[in-house]
Amino acid sequence: MKADIRVALVGNPNTGKSTLFNVLTGLNQKIGNFPGVTVDKKVGYTTLPDGRVAEIIDLPGTYSIYPKSQDESIVFSVLADKHNAHTPDLVVIILDASNLKRNLLLYSQVADLKIPVVVALNMMDMAKKADIDIDVNLFAKKLGVPVVPISARKNEGTAALKNAISFANKFAFQEDSIDVSTIAPEMVEAIGRELNIDNPYLALQLAHQHETLKFLTPEQSDRIEELEKEFSFNDTVKKPVTAQGETHSNKIDKILTHKFFGFVIFFAILMFMFQAIFSWSSYPMELIGDAFVWVQDSLHHTLPPGPLTSLLVDGIIAGLSGVMVFIPQIAILFAFISILEDTGYMSRVTFMMDKLMRKVGLNGKSVVPLIGGFACAVPSIMGTRTIENWKDRMITIMVTPLVTCSARLPIYTLLIALVVPNRNVWWLFNMQGLALTGMYIFSLISAIVVAWVFKFILKGKERGYFIMELPVYRMPRWNNVIFSMYDRSKAFVFQAGKVIIAISIILWVLASYGPGDRFAKIDQKFSTPQYTQHMTADSLSRTISSAKLENSYAGVLGHAIEPVIRPLGFDWKIGIALITSFAAREVFVGTMATIYSVNGSAEKMQSVYQKMKEAKNPDTGQPVFTLAVAFSLMMFYAFAMQCASTVAIVFRETKNWRWPAIQFAYMTVLAYAAAFIAYVVLK
Amino acid sequence: MRLSQLEVGETGIVKEFTDLEMSVKLMEMGCLPGEEIRIERVAPLGDPIAINVAGYQLSLRKREAYTIVLQ
Repeated sequence: MKADIRVALVGNPNTGKSTLFNVLTGLNQKIGNFPGVTVDKKVGYTTLPDGRVAEIIDLPGTYSIYPKSQDESIVFSVLADKHNAHTPDLVVIILDASNLKRNLLLYSQVADLKIPVVVALNMMDMAKKADIDIDVNLFAKKLGVPVVPISARKNEGTAALKNAISFANKFAFQEDSIDVSTIAPEMVEAIGRELNIDNPYLALQLAHQHETLKFLTPEQSDRIEELEKEFSFNDTVKKPVTAQGETHSNKIDKILTHKFFGFVIFFAILMFMFQAIFSWSSYPMELIGDAFVWVQDSLHHTLPPGPLTSLLVDGIIAGLSGVMVFIPQIAILFAFISILEDTGYMSRVTFMMDKLMRKVGLNGKSVVPLIGGFACAVPSIMGTRTIENWKDRMITIMVTPLVTCSARLPIYTLLIALVVPNRNVWWLFNMQGLALTGMYIFSLISAIVVAWVFKFILKGKERGYFIMELPVYRMPRWNNVIFSMYDRSKAFVFQAGKVIIAISIILWVLASYGPGDRFAKIDQKFSTPQYTQHMTADSLSRTISSAKLENSYAGVLGHAIEPVIRPLGFDWKIGIALITSFAAREVFVGTMATIYSVNGSAEKMQSVYQKMKEAKNPDTGQPVFTLAVAFSLMMFYAFAMQCASTVAIVFRETKNWRWPAIQFAYMTVLAYAAAFIAYVVLK
Repeated sequence: MRLSQLEVGETGIVKEFTDLEMSVKLMEMGCLPGEEIRIERVAPLGDPIAINVAGYQLSLRKREAYTIVLQ
């Protein structure tokens, strides 16, 4: 869309900036990334009263333009760099009317950059409730800029704001809030002269920040450094005007962060979340799965059989289905996360858990991704963006896939059912249930131990501090909840989807082609009368696909890796399943079904179970799935990074192939070691 | 007297900071010299503390509170 004017939204965190952005742009927005950093770039469009189209860019919330994090330095770069693709014509600064004093620091900094400014005085309703009276006209007069009182949550005053945007000046008329000339007049003048900058405040900021700014050339930066030395000067910080505010959520905090009830309530909420992700998503997931099966079936019937049809149906569409089934879990987890953040509860969780999590190198905010990992690592890793500290975030990303996700559940239930007797101990505990619970607890412990190890390996770039606002409790904004469900699902489908589909296609090729004329021979063999006359069409086709899988490249690979996996107690059949479930763990059960030529009926799980139970080792005559093998296999799946979606999302979130590669490597090594130990101990 | 030495419910007035980097962050968030700070509560496990300053609540670790010198 072509825009006539570019407007940037700037404001402190928790001032309702995103709400205002959503109100102004509606669904007419897109989310990208600022180049080179993992900071979301939200751009949207709105039509002004005079018919012009305004491009609105939502900059990250910040307390000051003096940058201490990636988010904050983006704000200064966008505002100060005249050649940046996003440099705005106008800045709308959102100030929290209920806490004006603190918000004015950011205002004064932005205003002094001499970009035209309109002030949106948000949360007027909250301010009124708290008996804060602001004389808007006097305020506007003092600042020298238009001030529009709004209530973004209630959609009040936004029309007036659009009006103010359309009438905004092309030039900045605001009063200076700082007299830069008193700080370092000679240096500021020299920088301004040499870099051709006529705004003294911008020159001063460049002097402060030149080391971290990407838009300055090295020569410019060095020259600023020299000038700084030449006119050595002292730091000065300023502050203006007054107002007052009062929090009223103390009563809620007394309960929610209570020594005892605080934890009880937190665990209750987590349990509820976990249950919801599990149970609410199962129906839509089944629906999506069934819909894809239906599409695959009908395409198989309508399209002529051949490699192209098979590639489309069994490769691409099957891969697509593997991506789509995650949507319900992602949407539900993000609904919860955005409700918890919106209400202000998330910062209390951080507050309560910080000490505990810090001991193992994590952060109070790591709790939610880790627990979310019980459902699915993919949305949880996307959720680590709330962790500002780089090192804490990386460690959280690295260990989240260790937590038992829902894709491991079918594997565990199948294997536990095979080897653990279904009886009760101590009256009420079922042994199979205990084994499953054990796997869950084990995964959480291993995540914590690995996090603790990473704490010593990773070098933090920034100092870990924990100065954080505890915002007032509020009702969640349901619009935002829906936006975030939609955003995250979309980001996942489009960005992780590509990788997953690519890997699915490779696996399809491996599983449906074999070296030489092996496949032709199988077809030949099974077309002889001794098979066609003595077997039903159904069981014949199952036998054929089982034979083909064994002779496919995947089967050949399964045989090839047998020497490597034999110490773990695995045979080549399990090897094939390991390879095919490389992209998604849950494929294990399906592959087992194909290998043991089970038909794809409703009782698939039951029949796989029967076949695996009866499976005998041809050399020894002993059952293949002993206690040792089953637990070795479970240990393997507990640690191995058998999930293309996670690999893809880790890449997306870290912007560097090194991270998913390290993660993949360490998890595979752990998987092998744990499986080996389990096999040796239990054998 | 450091901020970390106050008990819950007690107040103090900010005098200065001992850590330059931390002080910038603190001042941006409203902890300016001359401001009154009240200890609102302590996290259940005893570390971060919640303070009330400039009309809103901040949470910070004890180690960070130690860098704030009170009058």
